Amino acid sequence: MELKESILELIRKAATDLSPDVEKALNEAYKNEGEGTPAKNVFGTILENVRMAREQGTPMCQDTGSLVFYIDFPVGDSEAKYREAAQWAAKEGTARQYLRPNAVDPVTAKNSGNNVGVNAPYFHFHQWDKDEVRIRLMLKGGGSENVGAQYKLPHPPIKAGRDLKGVRKVVIDAVVKAQGQGCSPGIIGVGIGGVRDLSYALSKEQFFRKIGERHPMKELADLETQLMEDLNKLDIGPMGFGGKSTVLDVFVDSQARHPACFIVSVSYTCWAFRRKTMTIKNGEVNYD
Amino acid sequence: MIKLKTPISEQEIRKLKVGDTVLLSGTVVTGRDEAHKLMVEQKPDFIREALKEAVIYHCGPVVKKLDSGKWIFVSAGPTTSSREEPFQADVICEYNVRGVIGKGGMGDKTAEGLKRCGAVYFHAVGGAGTLIANSVKEVKTVYKLEEFGTPEAFWVIEVEDFPVVVTMDANGGSIHKEVKEKSEKIANELMGI
Repeated sequence: MELKESILELIRKAATDLSPDVEKALNEAYKNEGEGTPAKNVFGTILENVRMAREQGTPMCQDTGSLVFYIDFPVGDSEAKYREAAQWAAKEGTARQYLRPNAVDPVTAKNSGNNVGVNAPYFHFHQWDKDEVRIRLMLKGGGSENVGAQYKLPHPPIKAGRDLKGVRKVVIDAVVKAQGQGCSPGIIGVGIGGVRDLSYALSKEQFFRKIGERHPMKELADLETQLMEDLNKLDIGPMGFGGKSTVLDVFVDSQARHPACFIVSVSYTCWAFRRKTMTIKNGEVNYD
Repeated sequence: MIKLKTPISEQEIRKLKVGDTVLLSGTVVTGRDEAHKLMVEQKPDFIREALKEAVIYHCGPVVKKLDSGKWIFVSAGPTTSSREEPFQADVICEYNVRGVIGKGGMGDKTAEGLKRCGAVYFHAVGGAGTLIANSVKEVKTVYKLEEFGTPEAFWVIEVEDFPVVVTMDANGGSIHKEVKEKSEKIANELMGI
């Protein structure tokens, strides 16, 4: 299969099927809610929709998001090759209704109609020393993007100081402010440290971790576990109807900060958590 | 489970209460930011008949045009409603709309409009795009497609058994308000403030 065709397949898989770890978490959330509650009904509908989308090969959510690619490629390879293949795949995926046209020019208000525009799709390129290619794709929905938040610590309104206790507070604050707006139950990515743009980037990249995967550093793993417990006590529930599952998981990571800055970014993704990875090695393409 | 079909009378809509699950059938018109802005600023007449005693849906669908020229809905879940908060009450009252379908709920101004003009807010399951598209039986027509693009156009559709929950009723009730107040209280306890 040509590169562009295999990226088109990556888009199709991402838009129409959930990764097994996410579907499993949704099944568990369904079992966890009380019989006859609105929350249980919502999970029932969600799971039925996931099944239908997979069977029909249609987008599980009509907001097929902004396309963000993370591409790791071997020394000597060209970025342009991947960029051109992915742009072709985005156009073709839109024509085949795997994707809704989601690239709007903010100046003219015109929708390009094919998901290609300035920085759309967006590419995070990274050259690595392996002799294989890894292409990760996130379809980032707009509703959940709108509820993301960035804080600088200290944050006096909730007495959040410059430490992990302060981080915990601002994450709780962001999720309470989000309510059901980001299509809860959400998955939360938290980036601690760095300058503002890198902080958000770190929080977003956490979304490629598998549900249940804890950070190798004990302090951060403990914070993730603590936040899961805290956030699911909020009783916001699926769609904000109230219920036991407000988040499916919380992923935290940290990076060096400037002595004067303590930035915390909270990224939110909806339950329709669409991310897929493909690898190319010795001409063989695999999807995960 | 309550079954409702458009046109819906004011009397019927005022009977609905927060928490009621409804299977909705009949005429629904999609409208998002561009559509709401237009309806408030210019009050166009082309959409008046379709909206009368019918339902407006905050949705930007994935659509497909068949060789016959007919459109079909491929994926069509709700979008976040709060963006229409500045416009919604005026649209409801101006166009005699009986229901608004969306997600995430709406604010006080809309709640007041629902009460004053006799309408409810129906919550659909966000992300359930394929399932909801399957309840769309016909795309009757589309307005402003060229100008606004696919997601923002007015799609006039016929639906059958579209599953929704009443989360804001015509008597001032709102699940969103209750959940927000309760969760804020719990959060303050968790944060020790």
